[in-house]
Amino acid sequence: MTTTSPVEKAGGATATYVDKRLGSNSFLSRNLGKVFPDHWSFMLGEIALYSFIVVLLTGTFLTLFFKPSMIEVIYDGSYVPLKGVKMSEAYASSLDISFDVRGGLLLRQMHHWSALIFVAAIAVHMFRVFFTGAFRKPREFNWIIGVGLTVLALAAGFSGYSLPDDLLSGTGLQIARGIVQATPIVGTWMAFLLFGGEFPGTDFISMLYGIHILLIPGLILALITVHLMMVWVQKHTQFPGPGRTNDNVVGYPLLPVYMAKAGGFFFVVFGIIALVGGLVTINPIWIFGPYTPDQVSAGSQPDWYIGWLDGALRIMPNWETVIGGFTISWNIMIPAMIMPGIVFTGLALYPFIEAWVTGDKREHNLLDRPRNAPVRTAFGMMAITFYCLLWVGGANDIIATAFDLSINAITWFLRVMIFVLPPIVFVVTKRVCLGLQRRDRDKLLHGYESGRVLRLPHGEFIEVHEPLSAKDLAVITAKTDIVPLPAPERADAEGVRSKGYRIHSLRHRLSGFFYADNVTRPTDAEIEAGQHHAAHDAALEAPLHEYEDQDEIRNAHGGVLHHPGMADTNAEQLEERSQH
Amino acid sequence: MKFLAARRRSPIVASGLLVGALAVMGLGYAAIATVQPAQAALAVGTETQVEAGRQLYLEGCSSCHGLEAQGTEVAPTLVGVGAAAVDFQVSTGRMPLAAPGAQAPSVYPTYDEEQVAAMAAYIASLAPGPAIPTAEQYDYADADVALGGELFRINCAQCHQAAGEGGALTQGKYAPSLMESSPKTIYMAMLTGPQSMPVFSDTQLDTQDKQDIIAYVMDLQTAPSPGGLSLGRLGPVTEGVFLATAVFAMLIAAAVWIGMKAR
Repeated sequence: MTTTSPVEKAGGATATYVDKRLGSNSFLSRNLGKVFPDHWSFMLGEIALYSFIVVLLTGTFLTLFFKPSMIEVIYDGSYVPLKGVKMSEAYASSLDISFDVRGGLLLRQMHHWSALIFVAAIAVHMFRVFFTGAFRKPREFNWIIGVGLTVLALAAGFSGYSLPDDLLSGTGLQIARGIVQATPIVGTWMAFLLFGGEFPGTDFISMLYGIHILLIPGLILALITVHLMMVWVQKHTQFPGPGRTNDNVVGYPLLPVYMAKAGGFFFVVFGIIALVGGLVTINPIWIFGPYTPDQVSAGSQPDWYIGWLDGALRIMPNWETVIGGFTISWNIMIPAMIMPGIVFTGLALYPFIEAWVTGDKREHNLLDRPRNAPVRTAFGMMAITFYCLLWVGGANDIIATAFDLSINAITWFLRVMIFVLPPIVFVVTKRVCLGLQRRDRDKLLHGYESGRVLRLPHGEFIEVHEPLSAKDLAVITAKTDIVPLPAPERADAEGVRSKGYRIHSLRHRLSGFFYADNVTRPTDAEIEAGQHHAAHDAALEAPLHEYEDQDEIRNAHGGVLHHPGMADTNAEQLEERSQH
Repeated sequence: MKFLAARRRSPIVASGLLVGALAVMGLGYAAIATVQPAQAALAVGTETQVEAGRQLYLEGCSSCHGLEAQGTEVAPTLVGVGAAAVDFQVSTGRMPLAAPGAQAPSVYPTYDEEQVAAMAAYIASLAPGPAIPTAEQYDYADADVALGGELFRINCAQCHQAAGEGGALTQGKYAPSLMESSPKTIYMAMLTGPQSMPVFSDTQLDTQDKQDIIAYVMDLQTAPSPGGLSLGRLGPVTEGVFLATAVFAMLIAAAVWIGMKAR
């Protein structure tokens, strides 16, 4: 007999009322039970989403008080060291938010911190997707949307950094203008068009404000919606494990498990942002002072996500070419336009490049373990190294003063290392991955090293190997062998050169580069034998455990554990072991 | 006299005389001692102090700057640098230089105040130069902090950084942090332009401007950080490091915790 509580009755009545009008019941019952797989790294994207929500909420608050105007005013707020100083209305209102609006500084700091977290969470989420191969068919489009979101996040961050019109943001804009000017031939006109005349002009802040609060967040929201809908429709990928295949999703339903987890995680992220925003200063604009083009502070840096571009600019040698009266500023074009262009294009196209190289056209709903795609993992680590080196370049002056180094020495170190270190990291990462693959193979063939050394009756010492757990076995055996593409025939039997030989040959070599070194997965029979062997080791050890169960240990000193029926001479032991 | 003679042998007289004599000596010495330094400054400043300074100079400085302070291949001439330059370099421990390097670091001073004054007097006696500023000159009590801030951002921030935390120059040289500098040191630095720093003479920044700047630096030194932990006021680099370490440690720990299977 079932009883219906008053709460259930009320809920049912409400659901019926809504369903009669919206037809929502079938939609909800279809979707609320949707299953998602469980892994902490699947929540990194959620950090990005939640910090974006915090950015929107705090940003809305800031729009109520911020005045995007470059009209010159005389500051008369409560921050004494700037009282009576001439500044733009934008900067004055940012100071007012910091010092005269109740809770303003907290919300400003939360806005800035959550913006930094937003970009960082995108980056970390992207690492997860990249290293596990989650971008593979059928999810290539969602990867491209992700890259688009990354670029938009950078734009959102940089436009926000530039708005308060303090000395730091003005310096950033000055550099941005320099990059625009470095465009060959039309650069100067473009800069004038953008800034409405000479720098800094009077229009730019208000223009940038519109872009920052409407255009970019609108685009980000739209792309996030598509991004999530595609995850919903295509279903989330999962790590290999017991019972998990390419055609199912093992996990928990959205309601109630993920509703609770995701909802809780939102509040945790919000809480951490509020904590950091309340306790740790970010962008103390009152110290930098108002922007005027004739001033600059030592140690001016962009926020971390633009830092690598600034670093590229800083370590670039001063190369210029003058052709027919037009200066081609390689010193700016290469680090600030060509290099990021290559990086973001390569990033967006990577799924297609890898699929083309490897000839892999299968659908992948099961994630790769990073070690099982050594070349991809090594590429990723190489890119991270490249980024980190450039970020160090962007922080060169801070590092020079903090560690008593010469800034010139840092620059030269980076100029060399930017070419030397990433390849070294590539080779090391690939070797580490292959080593881990071999270890996996060992585990399959010999079981798990228990660390316990056993002396057999005839004196032989063995390390006891234990069979793998069902989970480990499922995870390791999920690896599929990928055979490099075969070498194409140069010419057919009649000696006619085969069509597309060169391109096929290139693919053959590239796919060999990707997969030729992979450790092959043992056959099922070999795995079976290996696990059985490990189980046998455990059987050898069994008498020990019998002793453990007994009240007293007899003959413990120098005694040999022996059971009736077990081999007891050296020859017999060896014969028995050789059978397994 | 009968009165005295009658009590001359009283036991209290000896103590009384002793106290009286001590009082006379003490008060007399105190009176002389308060007068003496002024006289000494006048008298010894020209003779004894200069000579003492010359001796200290010959012992500690001449091996690089030359026996007549004329300068050598490794060190500039000190003729005409003035007492303020000597006071700045020696009292902040920059001179004598422990080892050649990109720049003389500020370390614990080798000489005490009196010795520094003697050396300053000796160098000042060689040729006229900027004198050590008086206390009124670097008194910033009535200075305009906001104006000082503007002057600081125009003249100082491009090397010393907007918050006065210091910044890097070329080839290992640097503009030091101003967070420990005293008003007098800052004044003398502007007056003499030590090492890579340009001279800000009174025609560029008059005494009032210098006081305003000092007031602003003192405000930077003492003002509390309204936003909480200041992260060294070094800007986005330390913020980025804090983000990548502390903030992401918290966020990922939370993700791992929530991502764990319920048991």
